[in-house]
Amino acid sequence: MAANSKNVLPTSRRGFLQAAGATAAALTIGFEWSVSGRRAAAAAAAATTGDAGFAPNAFLRIGSDDSVTIIAKHLEMGQGSYTGIATVLSEELDADWSKVRVESAPADVKRYANSAFGMQGTGGSSAMANSWTQLREAGAKGRAILLAAAAQEWQLPVSELRVERGVVHGPGGRQATFGALVATAATLPVPETVGLKNASQFKLIGQKIPRVDAAAKSNGTAQFTIDVSLPGMLVALLQRPPLFGATVESFDAAAAQAIPGVVKVVQVPAGVAVIATGFWAAKRARDVLQVQWDDSHAEKRSSSAIVAEYHDLAEKPAVSARKDGDATQAIAGATKKISASYEFPYLAHAPMEPLDAVVKLTHERCEIWAGDQFQTIDQANAARTAGLEPAQVSIHTLYAGGSFGRRANVYSDYIVEAVSIAKAHGADGTPIKLQWTREDDVHGGLYRPLYVHKLEAGLDEKGALIGWRHVIVGQSIMGGGPFEAMVKNGIDPTSVEGAANLPYAVPNVQVDLATTKTGVPVLWWRVVGSSHTAFAVESFIDEVAHAAGEDAYRFRRKLLEHEPRMLAVLDLAAEKSGWTAAPLPAGKGRGIAVAEAFNTYVAQVAEVTVGADGKVHVDRVVCAVDCGTPINPDIITAQMEGGIGFGLGAILYGEISLKDGRVEQNNFDGYRVLRMKEMPKVEVHIVASTLPPTGVGEPGVAPIGPAVANALFAATGKRVQILPFAKGGFA
Amino acid sequence: MPTSFVLNGKPTQLDADPTMPLLWAVRELTGLTGTKFGCGVAQCGACTVHLEGQAIRSCVTPLAAVAGKHITTIEGLHGKPAKAVQAAWVKLQVPQCGYCQSGQIMSATALLTKNAAPSDADIDDAMSGNICRCGTYPRIRAAIHAAAASLEA
Repeated sequence: MAANSKNVLPTSRRGFLQAAGATAAALTIGFEWSVSGRRAAAAAAAATTGDAGFAPNAFLRIGSDDSVTIIAKHLEMGQGSYTGIATVLSEELDADWSKVRVESAPADVKRYANSAFGMQGTGGSSAMANSWTQLREAGAKGRAILLAAAAQEWQLPVSELRVERGVVHGPGGRQATFGALVATAATLPVPETVGLKNASQFKLIGQKIPRVDAAAKSNGTAQFTIDVSLPGMLVALLQRPPLFGATVESFDAAAAQAIPGVVKVVQVPAGVAVIATGFWAAKRARDVLQVQWDDSHAEKRSSSAIVAEYHDLAEKPAVSARKDGDATQAIAGATKKISASYEFPYLAHAPMEPLDAVVKLTHERCEIWAGDQFQTIDQANAARTAGLEPAQVSIHTLYAGGSFGRRANVYSDYIVEAVSIAKAHGADGTPIKLQWTREDDVHGGLYRPLYVHKLEAGLDEKGALIGWRHVIVGQSIMGGGPFEAMVKNGIDPTSVEGAANLPYAVPNVQVDLATTKTGVPVLWWRVVGSSHTAFAVESFIDEVAHAAGEDAYRFRRKLLEHEPRMLAVLDLAAEKSGWTAAPLPAGKGRGIAVAEAFNTYVAQVAEVTVGADGKVHVDRVVCAVDCGTPINPDIITAQMEGGIGFGLGAILYGEISLKDGRVEQNNFDGYRVLRMKEMPKVEVHIVASTLPPTGVGEPGVAPIGPAVANALFAATGKRVQILPFAKGGFA
Repeated sequence: MPTSFVLNGKPTQLDADPTMPLLWAVRELTGLTGTKFGCGVAQCGACTVHLEGQAIRSCVTPLAAVAGKHITTIEGLHGKPAKAVQAAWVKLQVPQCGYCQSGQIMSATALLTKNAAPSDADIDDAMSGNICRCGTYPRIRAAIHAAAASLEA
């Protein structure tokens, strides 16, 4: 089998972000979990909170009122990071869960770097994986000091004390709450090393701990960026060019300025901004703003032309991301040859909260409020835009109303826009909220790239799969910018992940990549490469199984014997779905798919009904997931459910198309996403494991598309090769 | 000319552009930010509020259209169906990013107020105008059933 790394993305993204950080400015990159000399930090924390509290490290603060505040270095965008982070730290602290609250970390790479990235940021389903040991140690050290404080106060050895739910207990019924011990604890040194619990000792990890944000998100009190209101705050809307790559030639603001409430109309690098006292005035003014655009360097092609060009490129020599044996020769000599092409459209992320940021800028400081996902990069880009040093930029990270990758971009597009508008307004300290509309979001670029895949396979006379050739054509997410260094030998790892690491045992494999350039800005989108590669690989292996006359599940199974974790989720999904039971009645079909993404393994079986109109309805999805130690089974389940809904909306309806360079969709009417009536019943089964935890935010998205396409084939004999399904009348 | 209406039980007068959507009047002029902006064209339901108990999209409802009417936002929700819905939302751990959930809860409450025991098809009809990008739909459905069951008990 291949010598390819299974961990294509985590490795690549880590390096990528280090490269990004290095390019962005004079950033101090590197993780620093200093364990000694924390007394000063504790004192500083107490000074800022006005509480004789105790902060043994950057992630924990305990108040004299027994409150336990856990500082989250990761963005909460729905994936449950706050709850997971608090669970892991509280576990080792033996905190009283009812006293635990979470607050977001400031932008500070020294203390809050993602240890998988080397900078502060959230993504790649890495929040729990990179926090696991770090936060357990943080909690255990806090616990050790509280124990030491009680031992000192009671003049007893630590060995006679124990901690239970926020209370230290000693012999003879002595007890002290954490809060009662903070004054003494703050005077004690933090231990250099500390033991961690065995899995059998876990009280919180592995339990369905309720989310820390569920109540606030059920009564309207959760604070998102759009909810920020500061004294004297103005609201800005930005008119961006109608074509990617166009620039402002001139503008006439007379009509816009006549709208009551409009304060200023300013030109910034990204377009022309209207600054007003509120959203409605800004929106009305932007509607009548006259801008002449210079589109001489703009992208003016239609997406149909780009697709046609990609199909041509798929026939030409490309760069190999993997080469085992000689796939071309094996397929040429095969008894049976199978081939297929797949087309994937541009996709917008369309988080429910349209992008927004509040900026308060002076000549000395820049203060930002945002659902910020890449704090270190955003800080550097904001500083460069404002003409300040990164240390002069502070970021308040708020709940994000979804992201799916959109807020994690190295251009910091929406942050830079907001800072440039505040600068054009005069950098006078007036807080300005930049608000995108949904149309801005749909038109705004940074899409999941459009791709064309071509696959060929060969079976020998016994029906064994002897050759596999896969060509991927599309834009690079990481190339062409400051991260070009991550593109090695012409291969952007995010373009081929899920394909170059084909898990099936095939003696001759070739996976090639043709990287294209267009004027359309692109970005990672939930589950990144596997958002398209899993569809191509898992649809095509299904075609190959059918050509071999074998059951789709058993055929995969046979080729995955060397991949125990993948095999286990495949078996579990098949078993729980009743794969081997009686076949479904006419008009219904069952499809299976399996994928690994970010070191998490997911298999799904979809059951569909195909109507007389040929349209598919997904009735039921059975999902098996192996994400290592399950920290919170309910959040894992929720992420699988959500990933299935998100992925299903995209494969059924999602498409951003261009006509002469103009995006044809405007809002949720044209850019359709999944709605309640289209959501299947979802059953999630989690593999028991004591391996270190991996992420769950993205991997659930990967197998749903091919599972549904394979189910449609089972029901109708028709294969979907052009996405979305709606394009072929299948949805 | 100021627009007068009753907001969450309180007589309210706003001196604002009568064409301003109720969404922005409520959010920016009264400071009640639980109602969210998602699309501006009545496609996503994040801005759902109640007008005389009916779920409406406040992003396309001009301020002038609510003169003399009763408006309820997430902040003013009260009564048994509303409390049952909110309790079920927490119990079943519905929210992920949470941004759409005010609108979901307003639509679900309006549904349960009219129909004490909605079927799955009723839920599809009442809730398909509320988009959730996180895909919390299965839990929204389960929470509506749970809220209905708790009201019956």
